[in-house]
Amino acid sequence: MTNTRYDAIVIGGGHNGLVCAAYLARAGRKTLVLERRPLLGGAAVTEEIFPGFKFSVFSYVVSLLRPEIIRELELPRHGLQILPLESTVTPLDDGDYLAGWGDADETRRELSRHSPRDAEAAVLFGHLMHHMAMAVKPILGMVPPDPSSLAPSDLRSMLKLGRHMRGLGAEHFHALFKLMTMSSADYLDEWYEFDALKATKSASGIIGTFLGPRSPGSAYVLLHHYMGEIDGAFRAWGFQRGGTGAISETIASAARAQGAEIRTDAGVAKVLVRDGIVRGVALSNGDEILAPIVVSSLDPRRTFLDLVDRHELPDDLVSGVERYKFRGSSGKVNLALNGLPRFTCLERLGDEALTIRAARGAFSISPSMEYLERAYDDAKYGEFSRNPYMDIVIPSMIDPGMAPPGKHVMSVFVQYAPYQLNGGWTDQKREAFGDAVVNTIARYAPNIKSLIAGRQVLTPADIERITGLSEGNIFQGELALHQLFFLRPAAHWAKYRTPIGGYWQCGAGTHPGGGIMGASGRLAAIEIAGSGKQGAGSEGARG
Amino acid sequence: MLKSTPFHTRTAPLVRAQTWRRWAGHQVASAYEPHPDREYAAIRNAAALIDVSPLYKYRITGPDGVRLLDRMVTRNVQKCAVGQVLYTPWCDAHGKVIDDGTISRLDDTTFRLTSAEPDLRWLSMNAVGMDVSIEDVSERTAALALQGPLTRTILQQVSPADFAKLKYFRLVHTTIRDIPVTVSRTGYTGDLGYELWVDAGRAVPLWDAMIDAGTPYGLTPAGIWALDIARIEAGLIMLDVDYYSAHHALIADQKSSPLEINLAWTVSADKGPYNGRRPIRAEAARGSSWAFVGVDIDWTSLERAYAERHLPPQLPTIAWRGSAPLFRRGRQIGYATSGCWSPLLKKYLALAHVQSPHFAPGTSVEIELTVEHRRKRIDGAVTKLPFFDPERKRA
Repeated sequence: MTNTRYDAIVIGGGHNGLVCAAYLARAGRKTLVLERRPLLGGAAVTEEIFPGFKFSVFSYVVSLLRPEIIRELELPRHGLQILPLESTVTPLDDGDYLAGWGDADETRRELSRHSPRDAEAAVLFGHLMHHMAMAVKPILGMVPPDPSSLAPSDLRSMLKLGRHMRGLGAEHFHALFKLMTMSSADYLDEWYEFDALKATKSASGIIGTFLGPRSPGSAYVLLHHYMGEIDGAFRAWGFQRGGTGAISETIASAARAQGAEIRTDAGVAKVLVRDGIVRGVALSNGDEILAPIVVSSLDPRRTFLDLVDRHELPDDLVSGVERYKFRGSSGKVNLALNGLPRFTCLERLGDEALTIRAARGAFSISPSMEYLERAYDDAKYGEFSRNPYMDIVIPSMIDPGMAPPGKHVMSVFVQYAPYQLNGGWTDQKREAFGDAVVNTIARYAPNIKSLIAGRQVLTPADIERITGLSEGNIFQGELALHQLFFLRPAAHWAKYRTPIGGYWQCGAGTHPGGGIMGASGRLAAIEIAGSGKQGAGSEGARG
Repeated sequence: MLKSTPFHTRTAPLVRAQTWRRWAGHQVASAYEPHPDREYAAIRNAAALIDVSPLYKYRITGPDGVRLLDRMVTRNVQKCAVGQVLYTPWCDAHGKVIDDGTISRLDDTTFRLTSAEPDLRWLSMNAVGMDVSIEDVSERTAALALQGPLTRTILQQVSPADFAKLKYFRLVHTTIRDIPVTVSRTGYTGDLGYELWVDAGRAVPLWDAMIDAGTPYGLTPAGIWALDIARIEAGLIMLDVDYYSAHHALIADQKSSPLEINLAWTVSADKGPYNGRRPIRAEAARGSSWAFVGVDIDWTSLERAYAERHLPPQLPTIAWRGSAPLFRRGRQIGYATSGCWSPLLKKYLALAHVQSPHFAPGTSVEIELTVEHRRKRIDGAVTKLPFFDPERKRA
């Protein structure tokens, strides 16, 4: 039992928890962050897995970090430095490649090589997606109103949202509706003919979900990529110097500067509740720390089912959270390499400059729509994909500090690797999965096997075990339409409140979801600060 | 026909988008890639190699070298030790800046002066009656700026000199893979960095040696666009952009004293007579009517102006050089002369001249920018320069 009293305790030192703590401290609350692991960051951590080789172990690119957070917390002063990640190269099965470069003319010329029609369509598609992203962008910065509520604040928000949607015009409103409901395959079919292009674009619609490109609802996730482009100048997409762990450290530094206290190796066993009001937390080591406000940045399962007793919560919330879908579908393979992998599709041109240039961007293993759908088929029936979709980056090409000179680190995001694997994940299955990944890469970059100096394979079970993310879902729950906005994580409880007075939630499991965005941490802190010292508890949530 | 620099055979094949720019009668790369993002990132995160050969360079030798330079510039050259480098402006008799550059004391009686404009005539006029020889070595000497946090590590791979001991604004005569060079701990980026001075005949092997040793550390050839963003962040002024030479100004208002362009720190208080001393002292006593400051352009205000037109903020991808009026409470109080989006600080920055009494950091101003064809006044705040000042700059 410690004597220090805190105004607020944030459970979990992931980036959202840290953002929330920074804003709470900024609002004058004496704030404590408790992190179970010895290092901060949750899924945004950098670790030297093999001597000299540093990895963004889980999350590997910065996506959509909110500009207002960068500004308000003065993150550049605390070490934010996002480096450009400009291109994507998709090796094709006929030995050629498809590239998207940083320069519009180069990209158009490249697309024309495969389909002159698509090269022109890409410009129009880009414009439409720009409008779609503009339409959705305000929602990211908004506390979700409850559409079934008649509370004035909900009505005001709904009205604001309604006006905003009407301002889109009929054409864009209809396009948005289609985008929200269609599969990414169908949506892209309306625009493009070149299969590998559709496959590569649709890949961004399946990341972190248990959906295939032909599953309805997958189109919406495409939008997130375009959202990044609107904030392009902020480099909302890119590679943080020192890996994603450095982002967490940056936010932690900003939080400390505001007066927040951060403890690692301090896992929370239980949230203490009396008479429906939060009292504080009990740590795994038995210590109790009291505070009138406790914010859980863990995922909804942990927030509602693990940290508190179910009898403290209404049945419909408990069953809602029990039904909330995690279904981790991706794995991660981190490779320490003794040299640069050589992709045959580029190598055959004998242009070293092109090879180097491509290696500074991403490689997408998505040669065709059928390839992706078949990868999904394996997962649908409980196996990892024999030929998985992969998003590969070589951070040491962008940030030389990640590996010893002349050597490299490769980050491979792999989908699909279902959490519920037939027979469960074992060490053997993990290695077999790792082999499938390396063998698939070797088809496109044959020298990879001879370069590997170290290999770390992370299955969804490993991700769950290490980070605590339920079922290894990288977004704290699928980004599917039925789990977004006022339904994230559960109907009536999307405003960061919980039925327990003073107990709050943030994190990717709340609106607006995953990615190194920080938005939920900020919005939750703003709600808390606006609700008075005791926290609003269940008040107002039902209208 | 523009002249090419001694590195041209190496740089030309790398300029993918044929984006060249004119610098002192030479053609130099604006950027090697179509966009300068990666080149800029190299300056701040790894190492960048920049061809700065078009600088004018003069070799000044003889017993009166110190006297000549000390009489000409505002800094105290008497105190310049062998192996030291001074950054300094120099003025006309009215205390208005003609040019700015560096003075390197190569040995007891030899100096190298760099400048943005040709200054041979001015040097000769000042040297009347002195025992000194002045030689224009601009074409004989090639120069490479090696800038960025990993530059020291790279140099240690290729040169026997002790770079851990080479202090900020000092130089060392050494070799790089057996090529004789002078390495100065200087630059125009506000980062850890060096400038390599080499005989033009050995320029190409020096480039090759640096690329070879630096590539594993992310060394990237960078052009002027990337340099321009870095120098604005570092609050470093540029002749003909942020101020005009007193020798070229057509009207008095186009001239600036060192105090008016944020160079008060270069004006020695205790040195003997030099060009412009009396008017500069008088100005220092009564206070300057102009100051050169940073302006931090407010994002929310910019976003609002664009939102009126249903657009997200459009930011410059390269630094602009122009003139943007500055207002305070409806009255014009100055003008910005360069600006850029800082990819590092995530801020829209400008360098500006402001009139007294609006010098204080935090003073709110409005800058006139064109937003979708309409002139808009966007909020901003006067900011102390430099915008970016990492510890490694002096390390």
